[in-house]
Amino acid sequence: MTVGLTHYLVVSSLLFCLGLYAVLTRRNAVAILMGIELMLNAGNINLVAFNRYVAPGAVTGHIFALVVITLAACEAAIGLALVMAAYRSLETVHVDEINVMKW
Amino acid sequence: MGELAAFIILSAVILIPATVVVASRNIVRAALSLVPTFLGVTGFYIMLHAEFVAGIQVLIYAGAITVLILFVIMLTQGGSGEEVRQVNEQVPLGVTAAVWLAFLLLLVLPRTPWPLSPGRLPQYSAQAVGSAFLTNYVLIFEITSLVLLVALIGAIVIARREE
Repeated sequence: MTVGLTHYLVVSSLLFCLGLYAVLTRRNAVAILMGIELMLNAGNINLVAFNRYVAPGAVTGHIFALVVITLAACEAAIGLALVMAAYRSLETVHVDEINVMKW
Repeated sequence: MGELAAFIILSAVILIPATVVVASRNIVRAALSLVPTFLGVTGFYIMLHAEFVAGIQVLIYAGAITVLILFVIMLTQGGSGEEVRQVNEQVPLGVTAAVWLAFLLLLVLPRTPWPLSPGRLPQYSAQAVGSAFLTNYVLIFEITSLVLLVALIGAIVIARREE
């Protein structure tokens, strides 16, 4: 039995569901960002696996995975800067306590 | 056979720390558990002959993003203690959504006929990725670098301490 495309897709969908659970249930904004990173990783596994098994002549999946990694770094930087700004003015990082529009 | 064994080991290396990430009450432990998850994904990339993506994954995810998350945890004390409630009231909803999505995906994925093709990847994928970035995908490359610049400036402006 060799490893096929479906194996990778199964692992990446489980990873995506774990990230979704973290995003839906965590209170800490940093933990929510960690869940988003897990979901982005699951998407990247899909891109690279499809590139290997469906279109192996091109490197389109690699290109898109690299772009997604770059945008994930941007998203982490901006998201964590927002968490720091919210913590400085509201003294909390729990997203269910950040419920005022203006301080 | 060796490929299957490597796949199973890497799956465990990805999914067990990912469970710790989503379930641990200790936020620092959750952040450090991201590292084996990212390294397991790197192993997947190597198995899929994407060596350049694997290198970038180690540098950016396992290196930069984890360190960034740990720094922000350090700078925003107060919400991170183990005695603080870490989950909101949506736990039943979250469990339902995640389990149903996993169930549906695991039901659909093995039955879908993917248009597989038996070709081979280029011998040196880093070279192919580099030349593709500078020919066919140059617009994506430029726009991504612009987004990176905007995110850099935006992060500095947002996180700066106001006088």
